[in-house]
Amino acid sequence: MPLIRVLHPGFQTTIQDLGRFGFAHLGISASGAADALSLRVGNLLVGNKEAESALEMTLLGAELDFEERCVIAITGSDFGPKLNGQALPSWQSLEVPAGGHLQLGPTRNGSRCYLCIAGGFDIPLTLGSRSTHLLTGLGGLDGRSLKRGDVLRTRSSASKSFQPRSLDTYFLMGFNSKEKQIHVTEGLQSGYFSDKVTEMFYSSPYTVSEDSNRMGLRLLGPRIEHSHEVEIVTEGAPVGAVQIPQNGEPIILFVEHQTTGGYPKIANVITADLHLVGQLRPRDLVRFQKVSFAEALPRYHEQERFVQSVRNLAL
Amino acid sequence: MNTRNRIRNVHPGYNSILVSFDPLISNHSELEKFIRGLLQQNEDIHIQNRIVEIPTCYGGEFGSDLDEVSHRCGLAANDVIRLHSSAEYIVYFLGFSPGFPYLGGLPPELSVPRLSVPRTRVPTGSVAIAGKQAGVYPVSSPGGWRIIGRTPLKLFEPSKEPPTLLQIGDYVKFVPITETEFQNMSIA
Repeated sequence: MPLIRVLHPGFQTTIQDLGRFGFAHLGISASGAADALSLRVGNLLVGNKEAESALEMTLLGAELDFEERCVIAITGSDFGPKLNGQALPSWQSLEVPAGGHLQLGPTRNGSRCYLCIAGGFDIPLTLGSRSTHLLTGLGGLDGRSLKRGDVLRTRSSASKSFQPRSLDTYFLMGFNSKEKQIHVTEGLQSGYFSDKVTEMFYSSPYTVSEDSNRMGLRLLGPRIEHSHEVEIVTEGAPVGAVQIPQNGEPIILFVEHQTTGGYPKIANVITADLHLVGQLRPRDLVRFQKVSFAEALPRYHEQERFVQSVRNLAL
Repeated sequence: MNTRNRIRNVHPGYNSILVSFDPLISNHSELEKFIRGLLQQNEDIHIQNRIVEIPTCYGGEFGSDLDEVSHRCGLAANDVIRLHSSAEYIVYFLGFSPGFPYLGGLPPELSVPRLSVPRTRVPTGSVAIAGKQAGVYPVSSPGGWRIIGRTPLKLFEPSKEPPTLLQIGDYVKFVPITETEFQNMSIA
């Protein structure tokens, strides 16, 4: 099966799919693509199932040699991809000829891009998923990010008849806006914070700290003062929960999050906006906007309709 | 309706269960009805009264907070070890990281607050305490509990079924071992 050599791994490149669900009761969070929307779209463009495994690159892309012909799509942020020195478009399926040299550079907008490949990667399933859980060394390629000299294979060759597919409208995700708006619903402990503090949380921009990763994003800005207990009885913590630890600096729990936590949660990122969190870079500015469950749901449905339109494209 | 697709994850806690679901397939009220139905069948729940022994090498480089804990509790290090290893604990639930047991039953004499600044990396197998809780870190992770020892036992092995050594409702006893025993058990 087609073989791909890693010449340069980039800053942090991992195998990801849509994650490992159904194991939170054992303390295992789902992991999976930080920007699941880009992964799903990329997979559909190359004719894969949307949950197929792909490469997730972070901030600085990888350099890869393709020994055989492959069909790929690059989605997510713009890492200035080049094939044999020629600039490549994103958000469409492309043929990489045998001997092709693919190079991705530093990001020009958000933090992550996805390299989806027809046939998916030949990586064993761990607890039903190929996604890498970096913190616990689970899944993917030995539970770690790629390094120089790694060799990847696809599970099947791309079909000879190549169907080019592209999105007819440029996929706008607000990557380029200076201040990212993230919609949240109230957290389970929203009532633990005073009106004044809550008002500040929603009206102030927060800066994504350098100390952020797939487990959580730390935010710097006005500190959220506790007016209730600082610790709660440990309870389940979902992806996207905005928890307020002792020091008052909000943390967005992300795809490799702890499954339970003992800090109050002031808000929770809506499912439709999780992919935006996956594209936040250190030093980016974010602002939270509160919506109700009833307002969050149509946003999710709208996103699913968009994915459905990409699915139809692939038929 | 297929419950496996509808429910994405279940996170048990001390006095709560978080259920996450796919809003394309279900909604809050439908799911609530489903869960209330399940609760009425609770006579089918079986919990084995299993006691799992966790060999633990206390203190030294394996239990870097043992001295601080004994100081805070006003006890000799040996008394901390004796108290910690004489109690019987129950696994209330697994959470935080893969296979991490939240254990109840810590002798009240050993109650110490968490570290004010969590460690960025707690070694695999660390036996730790915080407040009224006891636990073991099955994988290396950040953590704010105080480390008093380390076990060579693997509490999380993804290739095994089930992948976690401990299950909800298990009882746990810590058994003191020497460093030599620790090394031998790690090799075995």
